Amino acid sequence: MTFSLPSLDQLPDPAIGLQVEAADWRTAVRAVAAALTAAGYAEPTYGDRMIALVEEYGPYIVIAPGLAMAHARPGPDVLAPGLALVTLATPVAFGHAHNDPVSVVLGLAATEADQHVASVAALANVFNDESVVPALAAAVSPDEVRRLLGAAAGADLS
Amino acid sequence: MKIVAICGAGIGTSEILRVNAVRALERLDIEADVSASDVASVGSAAADAQVILTSPELVGAIGRTNADVVVIENYFDLEEITAKLEAAVG
Repeated sequence: MTFSLPSLDQLPDPAIGLQVEAADWRTAVRAVAAALTAAGYAEPTYGDRMIALVEEYGPYIVIAPGLAMAHARPGPDVLAPGLALVTLATPVAFGHAHNDPVSVVLGLAATEADQHVASVAALANVFNDESVVPALAAAVSPDEVRRLLGAAAGADLS
Repeated sequence: MKIVAICGAGIGTSEILRVNAVRALERLDIEADVSASDVASVGSAAADAQVILTSPELVGAIGRTNADVVVIENYFDLEEITAKLEAAVG
């Protein structure tokens, strides 16, 4: 089973937030939740659930230096599979022992559990290049974000 | 060889870890069945697993297991993942 996120290089403008002011990690996660909502992927309660996951299990969503991938389980507040990306004007600590502070926050919404999330593999292709997080953090336009995400996303997913 | 990547929800970060673990195992020329699951179902998902891959933050939530728990700090660092998998199963 697979489901498809929109292609990374076609992330719509509402799903991208640049240089967002966030005083703490909750505000940063709310910003990416707002982008998921604006793009029509989720309802606002999804942001509460993304925060609750971190409150329950800790800041494990900070999966690489400077990069958090906020997500929660599928639920009725997910309207469509989707991805959003927010960069922070000032990096924020999530409390992760190794990968703080965070400058790029991804938000992932999925509609069904137990699916093989094919498009997430494309994310792995993008971020296996360690120069991408700082480049995204410095991006000044949605087009630049799409270009950075698209450059590696089309590579072999095996 | 069965390997399970674990995250809080089973849809996002564990899938990243699964994909990169498969790549690391290819480098090591080790055959393994690698799946992704969430920490709430780790008991059943990893019951017969040899290795559990996860974040430092989730080790405590995984609890008692017979599997080797391999902690990955940077999910996109194939060098780290490869070295730690090699130490655990090589």
